[in-house]
Amino acid sequence: MKAGRRVRDAIGQIQGAGAPLARVESAAAETQDARCCMTVAPQALRRCAAAWRLSGRSPAPPCSCSAVRMATFRHKNAKRIEGLDKNVWVAFTSVAADPTVVNLGQGYPDVPPPSYVKEGLAQAARVDRMNQYTRGFGHPSLVKALSQVYGTVCGRQLDPFKEILVTVGGYGSLFSCMQALVDEGDEVIIIEPFFDCYVPMVRMAGAKPVLIPLRPKSGMKTTSSSADWVLDQEELASKFNSKTKAILINTPNNPLGKIFAREELQAIADLCIKHDTLCFSDEVYEWLVYRGHQHVKIATLPGMWERTVTIGSAGKTFSVTGWKLGWSIGPEHLVRHLQTVWQNTLYTCPTPLQEAVAQGLQKDFQRMGRPDCYFSSLAAELEAKRDRMAGILCSAGMAPVVPEGGYFMIADVTALNQDLSHMQEDEPYDYRFNKWMIKEKKLAGIPMTAFCGDDTKRQFEKYIRFCFIKQDATLDAAEAILKNWSQQTSV
Amino acid sequence: VAPWRVGIQTGNLLITDVSCFTLFQVTMSRQLHARRLEGIDKNIWVEFTQLAADYKAVNLGQGFPDFSPPAFIQEAFCKAVGGGCTMHQYTRAFGHPPLVKILAKFFGRVLGRDIDPWEDILVTVGAYEALFCSFQALIDEGDEVIIIEPFFDCYQPMVKMAGGTAVYVPLRPVSSGMALSSADWILSPEELEGKFTPRTKAIVINTPNNPLGKVFQKEELQVIADLCVKHDVVCISDEVYEWLTYDGAKHVKIASLPGMWERTVTIGSAGKTFSATGWKVGWAVGPRRVMTHLKTVHQNSIYHSATAAQEAVAVGFQREYDCFGTKESYLKQLPEMLHHKRLRLAQCLQSVGLQPILPQGGYFMIADISSLSDAQDEPYDYRFVKWLIKEKGLATIPVSAFYSPEHQKDFQNYIRFCFVKENATLNAAEEILKQWNIRELK
Repeated sequence: MKAGRRVRDAIGQIQGAGAPLARVESAAAETQDARCCMTVAPQALRRCAAAWRLSGRSPAPPCSCSAVRMATFRHKNAKRIEGLDKNVWVAFTSVAADPTVVNLGQGYPDVPPPSYVKEGLAQAARVDRMNQYTRGFGHPSLVKALSQVYGTVCGRQLDPFKEILVTVGGYGSLFSCMQALVDEGDEVIIIEPFFDCYVPMVRMAGAKPVLIPLRPKSGMKTTSSSADWVLDQEELASKFNSKTKAILINTPNNPLGKIFAREELQAIADLCIKHDTLCFSDEVYEWLVYRGHQHVKIATLPGMWERTVTIGSAGKTFSVTGWKLGWSIGPEHLVRHLQTVWQNTLYTCPTPLQEAVAQGLQKDFQRMGRPDCYFSSLAAELEAKRDRMAGILCSAGMAPVVPEGGYFMIADVTALNQDLSHMQEDEPYDYRFNKWMIKEKKLAGIPMTAFCGDDTKRQFEKYIRFCFIKQDATLDAAEAILKNWSQQTSV
Repeated sequence: VAPWRVGIQTGNLLITDVSCFTLFQVTMSRQLHARRLEGIDKNIWVEFTQLAADYKAVNLGQGFPDFSPPAFIQEAFCKAVGGGCTMHQYTRAFGHPPLVKILAKFFGRVLGRDIDPWEDILVTVGAYEALFCSFQALIDEGDEVIIIEPFFDCYQPMVKMAGGTAVYVPLRPVSSGMALSSADWILSPEELEGKFTPRTKAIVINTPNNPLGKVFQKEELQVIADLCVKHDVVCISDEVYEWLTYDGAKHVKIASLPGMWERTVTIGSAGKTFSATGWKVGWAVGPRRVMTHLKTVHQNSIYHSATAAQEAVAVGFQREYDCFGTKESYLKQLPEMLHHKRLRLAQCLQSVGLQPILPQGGYFMIADISSLSDAQDEPYDYRFVKWLIKEKGLATIPVSAFYSPEHQKDFQNYIRFCFVKENATLNAAEEILKQWNIRELK
């Protein structure tokens, strides 16, 4: 009690004391609990601390006079994460977690992974050594398996210890590239639409994202295939300058599903070489290529191996996104910097998961080129789902863009003419449409503008992205909703 | 045709790629790697684990158990793996719901406060990532971070990578010759206070400490806490060995001291809790307003950690919550098992003329090798450890690796042993040490 009065008196001596002081006083006098003071404004607390000293009391007694001990908490976040707190996945996954909603939003399979992959993990976990730390830059059996698979695909000898880094998902590889090779003041070219984490990662590295959009080929009002979306060559060339450190490409592309053709990659390669830039090639969907199309690795083009880091993902390869294992492959003089980042961020990935992926890769490496190889069989299975998805989106009146690869499809919803003016004004149309669709139709997608910069929002806000790597029951449920769309639409 | 390199200079790269009969000359005239990597490329683990593997040494070096994790946790993992689809797909970014819920309950009970599973907890890929997120989220260019020596080696490069400046304050033995326990190594409160400046953003503490094994007493933590409050500094408290205390030493959480919850990030590890270091599941617990920034770093770097491992750790913690304090509790059994291994190793080292410092907690023990010292270029303990691996086939870690450059020369007379090893390993180590007869070397 006495303590409280003394504090109050002392504070009274200081000008500018305001309303919050009443709370400080009662907190100090009654509960002596630090938590009460959290409600008080920092300025008042600062004055409190001064008041305490002025009142002549010695440093706070051990059980608290909270008012003093709870000095101003000035802790702001570091500048590098300023403005990076928003995240579309955090926003939409909780909404779509409602079990009554048919979730075609976030990109993960609801089909089981191949059984030998799951068994591989169960077996690995039973070996004692597999439950303890392994080599930081990648479990030996895994990097060796990766060097075999990718050595064959790239047509070169890969050093498993120097040219490969195993990371926590493709995400971890992207992050390592940015932190290792991109500096403050650098520019990084990103092609829109882009997987949403690219821009925040570039910004966190202190660099400037320079965006260039894929556009429908000239003259096309509607497009039916992802192949119809192309880069304007002059526009692309204009984005390169002396500050450009790297270009980030994603093929097959998320969300569009475009697979960059050899000529398109060559044009990018020529610019990289001319301007002496690096290339980060996100190829996590590399095996999900549909008939008539071919995945080309930009690192295999002349002059590109030395300047390219290629990123892959076990999660996407084996339908185990929850394992969060990925890899970066490139020349030693680049990969060693990624390894430096790695040893200072996470140090090592989980051992049993790496062992299981190694086993899976070995198995499918033996079968490469055969239809029973999971890399090919998954693509065949998904092609049917892709075609089905396109059909049912059409039946609702949407205009899907059929992807050449990957497991997403975007659809133009303009023809539905859905009036959403009653919803939050400042959000782009596709965000509002998606929210409305979740609420009214119990169907979740992801708004396309999550994958583009501010300047192209107008271009992309009429599209919604749908994920089709879903079991038949899910697609049946989606079909039921989409086929009955016009019947249920409210004005 | 493989590319060949000509004339590589620091910062410049000249490469010629001969393929498809085309010649491209590529010269990267500017620096390839980002500046934030300057000076953080060396890593003691990469160096010494390779050496131990090359010489097939009895490995008391790197800190991981060579015995099995407890059966219940292995079963939990197998069950998770055999579980439905969702076990193999993405889970909640900031932590698998069953895991954050049980962590909130478990640590809420330990701390005696309500912890919000959704706001106050971040699950990370090992405690390592929790440390990384803490530094990246809170440390800016020019910020100072106080590190108590000896320190787990990653703190310094992580501070550097975040643009911060590390300021060191060493634990010192009370008086040399008499410092037989980690409890005898203490901070000088005046020296500690002198390290706080207006630029001090954070202090990192590690209790129980790696490599020394010191378990900070409540009074010692209170001194640190008072300074944190006085100078409005964040405390990053690495408590991965929190369950491993011996001889009645009690682990105290600095976040439980008055005024500290608001400014402390407490870090823990499933790997160390359940003897499954290869799972890489860790967590950071703290007040929402600080944790939100760690989450921003996490969502922009890793996004989330493996689902099945998190599920298994959740099951493990539920079990431990239910049997906490009883003799079934692994958190009780493990320190009891290690208690004896610790004493055994200490006795063995003593019997051959090395002077161990008995740790109050943790996985490690350091031993004073100054009786055998001489003066040369590389730190003595580095040379000793390398010799020990190559000549005797026993792997340990030099303790000066856990000190700052400015203090390394004062602490190069200790090597670190990990005693969390099965008996066969400790037997083998004992054999080597006994045969050696160090006394003859003096």
